[in-house]
Amino acid sequence: MSIFSEVPAAPPVAVFKLSADFREDDHPQKVNLGVGAYRTDDCLPWVLPVVKKVERLIVEDDSLNHEYLPILGLPEFRSASSKVALGDDSAAIKENRVGGVQALGGTGALRIGAEFLRRWYNGVNNTATPVYVSAPTWENHNSVFADAGFKDIRPYHYWDAANRGLDLAGLLDDLEKAPEHSIFVLHACAHNPTGTDPTQEEWKKIAEIMKRRNLFVFFDSAYQGFASGSLDKDAWAIRYFVSQGFELFVAQSFSKNFGLYNERVGNLTVVAQDSDNLTRILSQMEKIVRTTWSNPPSQGARIVSKTLNCPELFAEWKGNVKTMADRVLLMRDQLKSKLQALGTPGTWDHITQQIGMFSFTGLNPKQVEYMIKEKHVYLMASGRINMCGLTSKNIDYVAQSIHETVTKVQ
Amino acid sequence: MSNKLTGPVRITATTQAMSVFCEVPQAAPVAVFKLSQDFNNDQFPNKVNLGVGAYRTDEGKPWVLPVVKKVEKIIVHDDRLNHEYLPILGLPEFRSSASKIALGDDSSAIQENRVGAVQCLGGTGALKMGAEFLRRFYNGNNNTKTPVYVSAPTWENHNAVFANAGFEDVRPYKYWDAENRGLDLAGFLGDLETCPEHSIFVLHACAHNPTGTDPTHEQWKMIAEIMMRRKLFVFFDSAYQGFASGSLDKDAWAIRYFVSMGFEMFCAQSFSKNFGLYNERVGNLTIVARNADNLKRVLSQMEKIVRTTWSNPPSQGARIVAITLNTPELFAEWKDNVKTMADRVLLMRAQLKAKLQALGTPGTWDHITEQIGMFSFTGLNPKQVEYMVKEKHIYLMASGRINMCGVTTRNINYIAESIHETVTRVQ
Repeated sequence: MSIFSEVPAAPPVAVFKLSADFREDDHPQKVNLGVGAYRTDDCLPWVLPVVKKVERLIVEDDSLNHEYLPILGLPEFRSASSKVALGDDSAAIKENRVGGVQALGGTGALRIGAEFLRRWYNGVNNTATPVYVSAPTWENHNSVFADAGFKDIRPYHYWDAANRGLDLAGLLDDLEKAPEHSIFVLHACAHNPTGTDPTQEEWKKIAEIMKRRNLFVFFDSAYQGFASGSLDKDAWAIRYFVSQGFELFVAQSFSKNFGLYNERVGNLTVVAQDSDNLTRILSQMEKIVRTTWSNPPSQGARIVSKTLNCPELFAEWKGNVKTMADRVLLMRDQLKSKLQALGTPGTWDHITQQIGMFSFTGLNPKQVEYMIKEKHVYLMASGRINMCGLTSKNIDYVAQSIHETVTKVQ
Repeated sequence: MSNKLTGPVRITATTQAMSVFCEVPQAAPVAVFKLSQDFNNDQFPNKVNLGVGAYRTDEGKPWVLPVVKKVEKIIVHDDRLNHEYLPILGLPEFRSSASKIALGDDSSAIQENRVGAVQCLGGTGALKMGAEFLRRFYNGNNNTKTPVYVSAPTWENHNAVFANAGFEDVRPYKYWDAENRGLDLAGFLGDLETCPEHSIFVLHACAHNPTGTDPTHEQWKMIAEIMMRRKLFVFFDSAYQGFASGSLDKDAWAIRYFVSMGFEMFCAQSFSKNFGLYNERVGNLTIVARNADNLKRVLSQMEKIVRTTWSNPPSQGARIVAITLNTPELFAEWKDNVKTMADRVLLMRAQLKAKLQALGTPGTWDHITEQIGMFSFTGLNPKQVEYMVKEKHIYLMASGRINMCGVTTRNINYIAESIHETVTRVQ
């Protein structure tokens, strides 16, 4: 008998199962609106021109080698990343109370932050501190914090399905009622999966309660620049909270805005009260990193670091990011227009009001099933679509399919 | 966190309450990196770093393998490649070729479809994934009490990796016989006989870190016999395949023997040293299961663990290794690069021993050439080590471990003389 005979089969991750089903589908007009990666108008992956350029620079640079990075990562990557989030003129950075931990994408940053908090936040080894994640949220948030040891992960009100918008009252109420010192995972911009972000005024209300009630701020920032096309605009919430004096974490991902999905480029920005606290925090972060991946991978961090730290490359990158953001905005615009032109039942303003890669269409599970099975348009059971999967070639088919689905299936 | 202020206070960025992190203690630095840091800060002109385990050329410099440089250029010019997410378990052609390297081209276990792999972040990541899986699913569910045995001494991170994966009982097994400067076989076998059944043992596949002392084939057979009889779990750590003897097959003998004996087991492989790809974090957890069905279920659970740790692994290093292993000319070139490194280490071993013997340094120095791989356990005691570091500016681990790669034709005389001086002056 095998020592593994009792190991149960785990279900596949939904979004990858969707892609697998899509790949196996022979239908000539099939469309994949599932997994969150950018696609060109030819529906192809896009290696950013600035990335291609920097990769060539790196391979030609004989001064570089493959020696271990420091445990916390490439220093010039860490500082440049935190600067992108907090701003060039960040007072917190000038006060030497901002640090970074280079991590394996946004997931790695969340994980290291969660592992740290479980060990050192709100007591020692406090697995009972509630962790709040939005309802709905990225499907992996819950598991990351659970695997880091937290025993009490709860939803906070976020999406108002009836009104297709933010349930602000519910969110603020959860903030008022949460146990003090609870941890809240906030999406910095381009909320996944709803695409619905608080307005600046709404963020201010959120911050006021969180400060008053000693709640911990943990931003997940996976789409900076990608959402609106502007790095600064997309970082407004993070910067506001920092200006309000919060100590906080920001899990940054460069997967989307650099198109470097498979090089796993992330950064956990830590904003502490002062450099003494920061030093001690980072020393404990090192211990956690050491037993997880020892030290992080170099290639992606080098690409990002070179780009951010070189003015021409930085400008070129911002141009590339805007290209992606603009195409998504165009698709949003066109999809809404086509649905309105078709007279599809319901309102479709949310398609252009929502921001970032994803749109929460409002399609219910039966309608989603119809879209997949009958129309071969693949989307998540929640009704989430990846706008990047839309192109000028398939948008008519997608609009017609939504129209047919909504009229036939209730 | 209690706020000691009374009365209404307007909270600003400068008058806020205490830090939520004020109780977080300063962690001690990792010893081997602290050593390198001290070395870097040392102004002494003849200083030598025999600490951290990375290969150095005879000029004392890092070495990017020529085959690696070649493949990096191939990759950057291949416009078919993009940066889309790898599968959760990693690049398929990397995983299969990496497992093949460990188990052999003719591995029947591979042919029987009962070998799988998880691309991981270096050897550390592979150990971590394996440990997390075992804690959840081995010897019951969430069995954090299963003893995990690591050699005495061992790589300083083994203990922490398993402890952080949730195992509560990480223990040493006898390994190094300090008096005789060799393997404490009787102690080792004794621990295997008396430990609780189903205990997990972390075995070094070759080039034991830090002692450089490996069991012989006959000794491995004895170890395997007991482990099979007593149902102990085999978890190999293979960080130096090819690097130790210069031969991939020789260095994988123990792994292949255990597979041939029918063990289900894990092997954490690192390509940091044998590819010189330290900072791209290239590793592989090879899993040998009873059959394809068990393997499938194991891998499905590995996906869940990977997903909450790093989601999916980094591409660059895995691509370099996969292209190299899967292209006959590049594979041959790589084996040659590996032999270059192994041969230089063997040369330094031979020369260091010869010089110590020529100097008439007290003690026997055969262990320098008997030991294998990157490291040598010199036998220097802590006071002697301190003397070496402080008086001679030769940096080595407190255990007496030296990295042979730090020895070059330029510094070997100074090192030999320093050891001689130390051993004669300090007891």
